[in-house]
Amino acid sequence: MDTERLQQAIADAGREGRRLEIRGGGSKRAIGAPRDDAAILDTSACRGILAYDPAELVVTVGAGTPLVELEQLLADNGQMLAFEPFDHGPIFGHGTGSATIGGVIAAGVSGSRRLSAGAARDHLLGFRAISGRGEAFVGGAKVVKNVTGYDLPKVMAGSWGRLALLTELSLKVLPSPRARANLMLEGLTDAEAIGTLSRALGGDCDIAAAAHFPQGTARDEAVTLMRLEGFGPSVEARLAALAQDYGGAVVRGEEELALWEKLKTLEPLADGALLWRIVVPPSLGWRVPKGLDGFARRWLYDWGGGLIWLTAPDPEAPVRRVAESVGGHAMLVRAAPDVRTVIDTFHPETPAVAALSRRVAAGFDPTGVFASGRFAGGADAH
Amino acid sequence: MATDPALANSAPPRDAIVAAMRDILPADGVVDDAAGLRSYESDGLTAYRQVPLVAVLPETTAQVAAILRWCHARGVKVVPRGSGTSLSGGALPLADGVLLVLSKMRAILDIDYANRVAILQPGVANLAVTQAVEAGGFYYAPDPSSQIICSIGGNVAENSGGVHCLKYGITTNNVLGVELVLMDGEIVRLGGTLLEQQGLDLLGLIVGSEGLLGIVTEVTVRILPKPQTARALLLGFATIEHASQFVADVISGGIIPAGMEMMDRPAIHAAEAFVGRGYPLDVEALVIAELDGPAVECQHLVDEVAAIAGRNHAVSTRVSHSEEERLSFWAGRKAAFPAVGRLAPDYYCMDGTIPRHRLAEVLQRIGALSREYGLGVANVFHAGDGNLHPLILYDANRPGELERAEEFGADILRLCVEVGGVLTGEHGVGVEKRDLMPVMFTQTDLDHQQRVKCAFDPELLLNPGKVFPTLRRCAELGRVHVHGGRLAFPDIPRF
Repeated sequence: MDTERLQQAIADAGREGRRLEIRGGGSKRAIGAPRDDAAILDTSACRGILAYDPAELVVTVGAGTPLVELEQLLADNGQMLAFEPFDHGPIFGHGTGSATIGGVIAAGVSGSRRLSAGAARDHLLGFRAISGRGEAFVGGAKVVKNVTGYDLPKVMAGSWGRLALLTELSLKVLPSPRARANLMLEGLTDAEAIGTLSRALGGDCDIAAAAHFPQGTARDEAVTLMRLEGFGPSVEARLAALAQDYGGAVVRGEEELALWEKLKTLEPLADGALLWRIVVPPSLGWRVPKGLDGFARRWLYDWGGGLIWLTAPDPEAPVRRVAESVGGHAMLVRAAPDVRTVIDTFHPETPAVAALSRRVAAGFDPTGVFASGRFAGGADAH
Repeated sequence: MATDPALANSAPPRDAIVAAMRDILPADGVVDDAAGLRSYESDGLTAYRQVPLVAVLPETTAQVAAILRWCHARGVKVVPRGSGTSLSGGALPLADGVLLVLSKMRAILDIDYANRVAILQPGVANLAVTQAVEAGGFYYAPDPSSQIICSIGGNVAENSGGVHCLKYGITTNNVLGVELVLMDGEIVRLGGTLLEQQGLDLLGLIVGSEGLLGIVTEVTVRILPKPQTARALLLGFATIEHASQFVADVISGGIIPAGMEMMDRPAIHAAEAFVGRGYPLDVEALVIAELDGPAVECQHLVDEVAAIAGRNHAVSTRVSHSEEERLSFWAGRKAAFPAVGRLAPDYYCMDGTIPRHRLAEVLQRIGALSREYGLGVANVFHAGDGNLHPLILYDANRPGELERAEEFGADILRLCVEVGGVLTGEHGVGVEKRDLMPVMFTQTDLDHQQRVKCAFDPELLLNPGKVFPTLRRCAELGRVHVHGGRLAFPDIPRF
């Protein structure tokens, strides 16, 4: 993989005080403040599968490789990225398929199975990158168990390209479940649904993903879903045990896939209004829309209540205050450019954490090559 | 702020440090007598010993902050210690440093079943977490072999693993938040009862940072509902190759066992002689595979795994039919280290990870090294994740034998890196493997890591001498050459 030109471009920009914005598939480009002076550093040169041995549970891949290409390869071998990568494309009307694996990891976006299988950051084992110093370096390794040196893959995942250009990723992969089925409950209020999910997740049925679609989002009636995955006989036994405790109906096949798809594309929230991604202690999730009564338009719950996707047309809606009141935080995902100019993408950090983040970022990128102006606080202050 | 070399020389005399610590802590929180200090002179890596200048045992976060603030202002080095079970010398004291012992901070602060987390002080023992949540049907998954005494704070520092981590992850995958005191006394909180953080994942940096970035004073961990049942298979193979292929076939067949352990002939014989649970003695490799979940799942998988073992020429197959039998399969493996310890006056435990398909080759070459060095070796292996623990047998009373064991160990770790693996899978770098870091990383790689250290502790006062082979001053590491451009972070100190 020819990364020398990328390294040169970064070194030149650093020397000349220019800024670069790393771009993979561009599916998340509309997140963050509008910026015009940053040149685009395209990762498409870093494309391709570099090493893959299914029995080792590791795949090494160029960061610019399209997510769909990687997922297809894994599926052909009965494996998957267990964190169920989230594709932002549909939120911004691009459809699926434009996201790159580098973008998914850099943004740290995990899907519904995060609840049981860990987040994107838990699956990045190692990387090659070029820091803002224009230097190529590695972090982590290409084996599933490693504690040698600082765990740089963790800080690289979710850094949104503010530290370094990821060129190569080694990811942990896992076998795909052989069977899946869901228990579906209908007609629950938000509080009832989250309470039920909290109880069920504390039981021994090993729920892989748990979501709640309030009335009028997925269907006319509210729908609560508990997804079970694994070996056929096990899924059936756990499904029966769950049904005994909670009643409800079993949904499988196309019907269940269509429901989960709504949490991937956020089609029920495709009304153009401001879209927030709110992370809170799962059992308190229901309190957020309630606290935003009169502001919140529609919302969906994932991660057993721990993740809320919520639309609120009014930019003045006190989303962050309400998220904070239950110990959580809120990220602004979709908004008109003028709104994104004044509302930071990320929830403000405490001054001490923000200062620490700035110092960590300055170690990788002292001249701010990657401080494109996209994010206001923490590591991107400039 | 750059380290002023004069600062180190101007560190206060010992009496002044002890007096200041007594001002901050109650009388029994400061240990400065020779006999008391002797008990802290080493951790689990007993070949290294150093009596600390003074040991302090704070009981609150505020006391930790006061100690660090005082030491920071005067350039006094600090070494954190949990239960002292590090196998890499992570808690080795410094003659001119304060040893900060977290063992008095051992309260379980909260158990939140609805959100499936426990909030703990750092001195809580790993196993005590499981014991505290057992009644609610939960457990804490990472289970390092020292779990009876090793502390959660130490687990965070070392990113500890255990036999169940292929399926359930290591410490970093099970920690959701920490409260951390920085070297300058500032208290910060990272993460919480949340499944995701915003901003840079500083929590991810803290876990596994070997006590170099801050002192962890509170930990939020995920707790998991206990699986309904667990079953184990005890499988003997005539060759390492057959056993390796069996492990690869299980995993590529789509099965991730809760645990999958392998032992070689010397380890099998040592374990059987020690605990006598009927391990087969005529095999070259013994594998324990554990499956957990609902009974019907365990039965289904036991059948599949037994079939895979048959296809890979297993010469003995036993399946547990009771909890007692399952535990008896594990008894020999869990006692493997002390069992091997009976074969020689001393043993030295190594900890590399390799790509699993290179196992047979690596064991052959370790055998050749063993003959070359004239020292015996037994191997236990977390087979599922490729984490190899060669146990080198030696006698420290024979002149030169410890040095030879260390050289042998270093050769094994170089071999692990050569085949695509790493220096340490779960024990940490510490002082032990510090000088081997350049085998795995270039100076540029190490500089990028060390700048993280500079961001947290620019004066390099916290646990210095661990992890990094050369202590480079932060001012030197932070140097940037800018021609005409403007600096992006004009408001922060350049280290």
